[in-house]
Amino acid sequence: MAKVPKKILNDPRNVVTEMLDGLALANDGRVERLDGKDILIRTDLPDSKVTLLIGGGSGHEPIFHGFVGKNMGDAAACGQVFAAPSPDTIVDAAMAAHRGKGVLFLYGNYAGDNMNFDIASELLEEEDIDVRTVRVNDDVAAAPPERADDRRGIAGDIYAIKVAGGAAGECDTLDEVERIARKAVGNLRSMGVAVAAGSIPETGKLTFELADDEIEIGMGAHGEAGIAKQKMTSADEVADQLMERILGDISLGEGDEIALMINNLGATTMMEMLIVNRRVRQILADRGIIVHRTDVGTYLTVQEMAGFSITVMKLDDELKHYLDLPARSVGLSNM
Amino acid sequence: MKELTESQVVEMLREVSKALIDKVDVLTDADLATGDGDHGIGMRRGCEAALEGLVPGLSVQDAFKKTGMAIMSKTGGAAGAVFGTFFRGGAGAFAEAKTLDAARFADFLAQSAQAVSKRGGVEEGAKTMVDAVMPAARAVEAEASDDLLVVFTAAERGALDGVEASKAMIATTGKARSLGERSIGHPDPGAISVSIILGAMKSYAASL
Repeated sequence: MAKVPKKILNDPRNVVTEMLDGLALANDGRVERLDGKDILIRTDLPDSKVTLLIGGGSGHEPIFHGFVGKNMGDAAACGQVFAAPSPDTIVDAAMAAHRGKGVLFLYGNYAGDNMNFDIASELLEEEDIDVRTVRVNDDVAAAPPERADDRRGIAGDIYAIKVAGGAAGECDTLDEVERIARKAVGNLRSMGVAVAAGSIPETGKLTFELADDEIEIGMGAHGEAGIAKQKMTSADEVADQLMERILGDISLGEGDEIALMINNLGATTMMEMLIVNRRVRQILADRGIIVHRTDVGTYLTVQEMAGFSITVMKLDDELKHYLDLPARSVGLSNM
Repeated sequence: MKELTESQVVEMLREVSKALIDKVDVLTDADLATGDGDHGIGMRRGCEAALEGLVPGLSVQDAFKKTGMAIMSKTGGAAGAVFGTFFRGGAGAFAEAKTLDAARFADFLAQSAQAVSKRGGVEEGAKTMVDAVMPAARAVEAEASDDLLVVFTAAERGALDGVEASKAMIATTGKARSLGERSIGHPDPGAISVSIILGAMKSYAASL
């Protein structure tokens, strides 16, 4: 690992706490940081509602903590870079955001997140707070369909948060919010490609190695190995490869509607992503699939990793309704 | 040596924490081979918090619990959950105990091994820290000695055997799982941490 990544930081051991301070302020008063804790919470929480608690490792900004706000997460429990938040952070976040109608935990499906959120859930049960868990597992590259429970959560997290957040804003019961969140997750498929590695600030080391002329198809959001390393190829060719896997994994026919996200993993240009979007739309048009909504931008990053992911969510009227509810946050604004 | 006093247990766990902090680079490099490379810095963060809490006057049980709580709340990630569980899960073996002796330590290790296996939902063979904890617990049981130095030595040897055995395993959980067969040849970083913990206990006992 010859190259030492350049980052403009203060003490690398304080990146999470300094980032959270900056992120809270970037919400212009709609979100605050709980004193001394790695927790962001809405300042405009109603007195009574179902609570949506999101969270995960830091370093993927703007997800997760950038998606706190009305019709999105009510609070976010934040871990260190690429590491799940601890049970006490999750418990504190849930207690602070709870408004009497129970808490839905919504997060990406990783061993560390699963364990820490499960421990928190057990602790909250002792406090008589009703907790349900929905794990996002949209990465089709991570495991075959019959082992979908082994799939990681990647950029599909954002649509899941948007739908579940809308449902938590409008629905009266935790049962209903959980049902809708599960439907959203069931309809999500994503896959990514990595062109260059990102690094953890505190170690200053790249999380994986790729040769200058190589890309990795299906790589995970922490540099987990993908399906294949291959030689650099064209945008159309990569888009074709990703879409073949995604569309092969979900039933989508003529007239079906989807939401489409092209997510920048950190260092890819908007130009490249728009060129990919062009090809993706050709593929979808050939199959008569209707794009209800497109989001091209930076939503889930892996530090300075270069590459992108494509996310498809199959829609029905209910999912469309919650997805399109107005929201405003650092990560996503729906006007 | 047959037993450690409460204050010696606190000292021993401080040595364990320092040993993990000292090995931050070893753990980072081991984790970079199969994961994202945050195991070393995570353990360092947890152990620094443990050092703050490990003060004289703690009971044996509380010293182990406190170490586990610090790691669970400050390490974060999968490592925080499993290593927090490692120190807390078997701490009941020391309930009411004024000293740490071989029998109680064997109980502790056996209970902790079960607790981490349950928490992680993994058995042996998945290329995780369980692959070091379980053989360590078995080695202690097989040794059936009441001499703590002998017992800690057996525990470390069991863990090191587990580290070695983990090289041949294919990861089936955690971030390394996606590597599949490409994970062969690399030891599990969590297993290495277990061997460091038990090795530091042995060194402490040997220094008395």
